[in-house]
Amino acid sequence: MYLRKTILATGVAFSALATANFAHAEPTAEVLHWWTSGGEAKAVASLKEDFEANGGTWVDSPVAGGAGDAAMTVLRSRVLSGDAPAAVQLKGPAIQEWAEQGALADLNDVAAAEGWDDVIPAAIQDVMKYEGDYVAVPVNVHRVDWIWANPTLLAKVGADSAPTTWDEFNALADKLQAAGITPVAHGGQPWQDATVFETVVLGLGGPEFFQSALVDLDEDALNSDTMKAVFDQMRKIRGYVDADFPGRDWNLATAMVMNGEAAMQIMGDWAKGEFLAAGKVPGKDFICAATPSENGYLFNVDSFAMFNVSGDDKVAGQKLLAELIVGEKFQETFNLLKGSIPARSGVSLDKFDDCAKKSEADLQAAQEAGGFLPSMAHGMALRGHLAGAIVDVVTAHFNSDMSSDEAVSRLVEAVELAKD
Amino acid sequence: MGASQSTESNLTASIQRHLSKIVVAPSFAASLFFVYGFILWTGYMAFSKSRMLPVWDWAGLRQYERLWQMERWHVAIENLLIFGGLFIVTCLIIGCLLAVLLDQRIRAEGALRTIFLYPMALSFIVTGTVWKWLLNPGLGLESMMHDLGWTSFKFDWLVNSDMAIYTVVIAAVWQASGFVMAMFLAALRGVDQDIIRAAYMDGASLPRIYFGIIIPSIRPVFLSAIVVLAHLAVKSFDLVIALTGGGPGYSSDLPATFMYTMAFQRNQLGVGAASAMMMLATVMAIIVPYLYSELRGGKKNG
Amino acid sequence: MADIQTYSHDAGWKHTVLRGLLYLILILFAAYYLFPLIVMISTSLKSLDEIREGSLISLPRVVTFDAWNYAWNEACVGVECTGIKIYFWNSVKMAIPAVLISTFLGAINGYALTKWRFKGANIVFALLLFGCFIPFQVVLLPMSQVLGKLGLASSTPGLVLVHVVYGLCFTTLFFRNYYVSIPDELVKAATIDGAGFFTIFWRIILPISTPIIVVSVIWQFTQIWNDFLFGASFASGANAPMTVALNNIVNTTTGVKQYNVDMAAALLTGLPTLLVYVLAGKYFVRGLTAGSVKG
Repeated sequence: MYLRKTILATGVAFSALATANFAHAEPTAEVLHWWTSGGEAKAVASLKEDFEANGGTWVDSPVAGGAGDAAMTVLRSRVLSGDAPAAVQLKGPAIQEWAEQGALADLNDVAAAEGWDDVIPAAIQDVMKYEGDYVAVPVNVHRVDWIWANPTLLAKVGADSAPTTWDEFNALADKLQAAGITPVAHGGQPWQDATVFETVVLGLGGPEFFQSALVDLDEDALNSDTMKAVFDQMRKIRGYVDADFPGRDWNLATAMVMNGEAAMQIMGDWAKGEFLAAGKVPGKDFICAATPSENGYLFNVDSFAMFNVSGDDKVAGQKLLAELIVGEKFQETFNLLKGSIPARSGVSLDKFDDCAKKSEADLQAAQEAGGFLPSMAHGMALRGHLAGAIVDVVTAHFNSDMSSDEAVSRLVEAVELAKD
Repeated sequence: MGASQSTESNLTASIQRHLSKIVVAPSFAASLFFVYGFILWTGYMAFSKSRMLPVWDWAGLRQYERLWQMERWHVAIENLLIFGGLFIVTCLIIGCLLAVLLDQRIRAEGALRTIFLYPMALSFIVTGTVWKWLLNPGLGLESMMHDLGWTSFKFDWLVNSDMAIYTVVIAAVWQASGFVMAMFLAALRGVDQDIIRAAYMDGASLPRIYFGIIIPSIRPVFLSAIVVLAHLAVKSFDLVIALTGGGPGYSSDLPATFMYTMAFQRNQLGVGAASAMMMLATVMAIIVPYLYSELRGGKKNG
Repeated sequence: MADIQTYSHDAGWKHTVLRGLLYLILILFAAYYLFPLIVMISTSLKSLDEIREGSLISLPRVVTFDAWNYAWNEACVGVECTGIKIYFWNSVKMAIPAVLISTFLGAINGYALTKWRFKGANIVFALLLFGCFIPFQVVLLPMSQVLGKLGLASSTPGLVLVHVVYGLCFTTLFFRNYYVSIPDELVKAATIDGAGFFTIFWRIILPISTPIIVVSVIWQFTQIWNDFLFGASFASGANAPMTVALNNIVNTTTGVKQYNVDMAAALLTGLPTLLVYVLAGKYFVRGLTAGSVKG
């Protein structure tokens, strides 16, 4: 009886809500995202404020967990129940996959009015478009291939900057180890292993090799001696981490660098947030440097995809949201809070810190040199099942005594199996 | 056998028996639809080409072939057997032991009972983090023992590929054994006092009273406990995600985490469904014979 | 209850040693169970700076309740920084009907399956039981489609339905196995007196079911209160249960981790379940009285 009453009551509430909406057709958008805490939540909140200041109604649907895995699960169930949210935090090839299902709405009219083609870098445009139509909007650019170093520890072995080649990296790490310092802080979680792996691929193989091996999945590249050398280097790095690394969260590894327990960490620029939150100053208390590569730059771009919704209010809400997200004002506030850099040109970087400025400068250089590449470890380069197959091999190799030869042959096999 | 043997009024008895069926029917119907219907649905998905969303295109046995070609799946199955076996047996022993001990007119029984039960109350999203610290050699028990001067103490299972699955057992037992204790305690309190008194008068010792009379008489509770524990073992998900994340590498992956990874993270819904069917088959292979013998036995006694 | 005091042929000293040993074992177990809780509480009372310095397990140097206050009142759950408190009622609205309905259905199923056994009752029971083993990840997608068709997507009644359906097998199991060991004579005598199906259930069976009702409520309440997957999938945004909010607070992909707030939020989320355990404990003891009356 009770249940029945509740159902009835909810039904009445729903229909009341529906009538209200149709009467006004105010822009409304339900936003599914996994930025639920700390600086990330503040960054999204800034978008909400903007949206509401422009007359929109924001319906928040935060689902955190597993770097978006939980949110993606919820998204599937929402789409299947015929009740998709208007805007969903979605990135990389996952956007294409949803577009193939015919689930995404087209944003071309907003794009034309706002001139997105002129302000968004071409490589990022490719990710946001499906068959030439904009279906998603980028919010930021995170760089993945960073080394975060503790200058005090480096000074102990006579180094004053981060290494610029992988040989230098190894030499420095050996010296640190000899001095009793843990050279590399690392958390043994598959995505962290993969993060290190892809920076090594970029460094040892160069941008072209990265493209053919980890983006195009060219079998010759995967099966090459260069790839073997990459796994050799991974084995070396394994020797530079402390014994307790498995399962450690990335932020605890960052804390090790901060507290002088380890000299360097290879991690994307979200690590900066940890340093800044602890009141550390870039250049003085910590060094941010790119991992060794020739003008390479691995990007990790967060974005919102717009799902098909019915109702004028919702469509209007979607368009307004898209317009605001790519707008200069939001890109500045958001990225200051998030620690990344804007995904569009024409935003002044005056308020940003030195690491962000370096990121922007390197981005320009990488674009000219053809080294501006999508990150594999962070779901920008490959579809989930392909990236997953690679990560499985990388993490299995890093956490065992597997030889580089075996790792290469397993890599080829796993990619083959995942492809069909 | 209640009413059926009542010779007085066969008519009333038959109406009453129908009433019994009517009462069970809604639950049975719900179960047919939401359990068996969904199992069929999953069974079909395992034969389909589904990737991101369910589709109905037939793929034959391809998904099963792919499943068994994955090294990671073999690891997951092996782990389930190790983890499931150890977890169920340990929980039964600890649960039963604690229940018997608590049944000895203990002072502060209420407090102790709550202490044994409370781990169930806390979500593993966070307790997993604490266990991770405790079991991490650099942060937890090992470093604590070193600080206390016991420098040869070594406990590095969490970071050891061969042992990581056992740390999952430790945390899982911590969480679930209290509930098993509660089930046994409830059953012990329901045991007929006259039988015990009679046995005591005959000069039986306390252990004999327990092993000879009390424990056999609470046999149905073992069934409940095993079902609950097997359910927890098969579904262990949060626990693994929070504690080891399936690592080091994927050495502590379980079928539930494997399935989730495939179906929702990697857009391999077909492979995920195939692994789910394998999981169900495994459970059936263990539970069906057990159920059969238990329910058969029940009939004899009843 | 069979205990050493009542049933011991042994002399006094041996009895004392046994009692001592008994308490020792219980205290050791209590330590094993309590240790993680102590770590959680002590972490929740530390400041973030102290945690960042690296001592995760040690006791706090300075005790502060800031993290608790922050978790309850101010923590950001998505864009709303209202703390975890507003999600508390969502969980209550979901858990109480679901626990009551599933426990009641389990009791009456268990009673019907044992005391009014019809042909095929054991098979029906075995089939019901199998529902316990279906992994929730499997039912997620078909369930969304069904809830969408029923018009219950993203609503609390939908969530209650899901929890009742998948809790039924457990509650039926608990009650069935409890009632199996209750003598059939009790029911037989009542039928001879002319009592019917429901009269016997209300007047005779339910009053002696306290311990198993407690077990069933503990199990269901814990499962439903702590569920994350269904809560996140079938109730969105402002309807989300407390665990979804907790998860949103503690999970950060690229942000700063506030372990003290995480722990405080987790303890707050666990409090209602803890409370149920403390209160329910009393009824175990009362179940004892009921049991001896019966015996």
